[in-house]
Amino acid sequence: MQWRNSSRNYGLTSIFMHWGVALAVIGLFALGLWMRGLNYYSPWYRTAPDLHKSIGLILLAVMLLRVVWRWLSPPPAALPGHSPLVRLASTAGHLALYAGLFVVMLSGYLISTADGRPISVFGWFEVPALITGIPRQEDVAGDVHFYAAWALIILAGLHALAALKHHFIDRDDTLRRMFGRAKS
Amino acid sequence: MLKKTFTALTLGAALFAGQAMAADYVIDKQGQHAFVNFKISHLGFSWIYGTFKDFEGTFSFDAANPEASKVNVTLKTASVDTNHAERDKHLRSGDFLNVDKHPTATFTSTSVKSTGEGTADITGNLTLNGVTKPVVIAAKFLGEGKDPWGGYRAGFEGTTTIKMKDFGIKMDLGPQSENVELILTVEGVRQ
Repeated sequence: MQWRNSSRNYGLTSIFMHWGVALAVIGLFALGLWMRGLNYYSPWYRTAPDLHKSIGLILLAVMLLRVVWRWLSPPPAALPGHSPLVRLASTAGHLALYAGLFVVMLSGYLISTADGRPISVFGWFEVPALITGIPRQEDVAGDVHFYAAWALIILAGLHALAALKHHFIDRDDTLRRMFGRAKS
Repeated sequence: MLKKTFTALTLGAALFAGQAMAADYVIDKQGQHAFVNFKISHLGFSWIYGTFKDFEGTFSFDAANPEASKVNVTLKTASVDTNHAERDKHLRSGDFLNVDKHPTATFTSTSVKSTGEGTADITGNLTLNGVTKPVVIAAKFLGEGKDPWGGYRAGFEGTTTIKMKDFGIKMDLGPQSENVELILTVEGVRQ
């Protein structure tokens, strides 16, 4: 299989990024919800947020790469069987997923950097603060992060259901392409 | 006639002799010459110091009659600052100060008892996290007088220790951190 996308299939680069992001988003959502309930004496009290922030920032880097890659290697053409409405809905849905991802990631970044502190990524390097000093920045960013994360996970769920619908009901190549296995 | 006048004058003088008039002061928020700080143990290994940046208040004070003094302070709980965004976010949440539900905390004095030269115990009601309980602030009068810019000021410092659970703050930080010490200093401008 090739790295670049073709007119019929996604290439390995897009495939790895797509499923990697999916795994990270589901994992980070679960980790985020779980870590809020940890008490002060849990051994995970510091580790869980550190993991959450580190993975989140790697995810941000991957998403930025994905935007560049989309420009370097555009996605396959829309399936011939898809009506203009289906094409519009899927474009809107995918755009919303991208937007949701960036809102969640950037708002999360703005919580921890509100006081000017950088965020350490697995102890390998630090991402410095850029925007600080907004009144109650950490609280506002925190609320945005929480609600946007829920909106994103619901949207992602709908995205998965839509893919399954195309695969099992329409029986078209939508899902297969994201494994590089389009039939037509 | 002369004797009556003399008596009246002496009586009048005696009445007014030790009496610097009780004065009302507004805590100097404009110049921020006042601080409401707190201190709590971290695991028994160090102290976390924090402050409430946004508060205002008044006091009335008469050095000749300190037990008639009154003080009233209202602070914005969301203005808490311990120099750490993630910690401050947690402090403002329902685990601690619950600032969206209880945006202010207040202290209103109910009585003052002199405990020595320039020191007093100020008893009053502290409302924190929506709970009102009496506390006693061990206060010390630091001084008063004219300032170089046409005003007259008086200043105090005081401390009190509260138990977080008494005010409905349920977060368990361990046995070393049940109590918070409030450390205050205020300078008021006479009105």
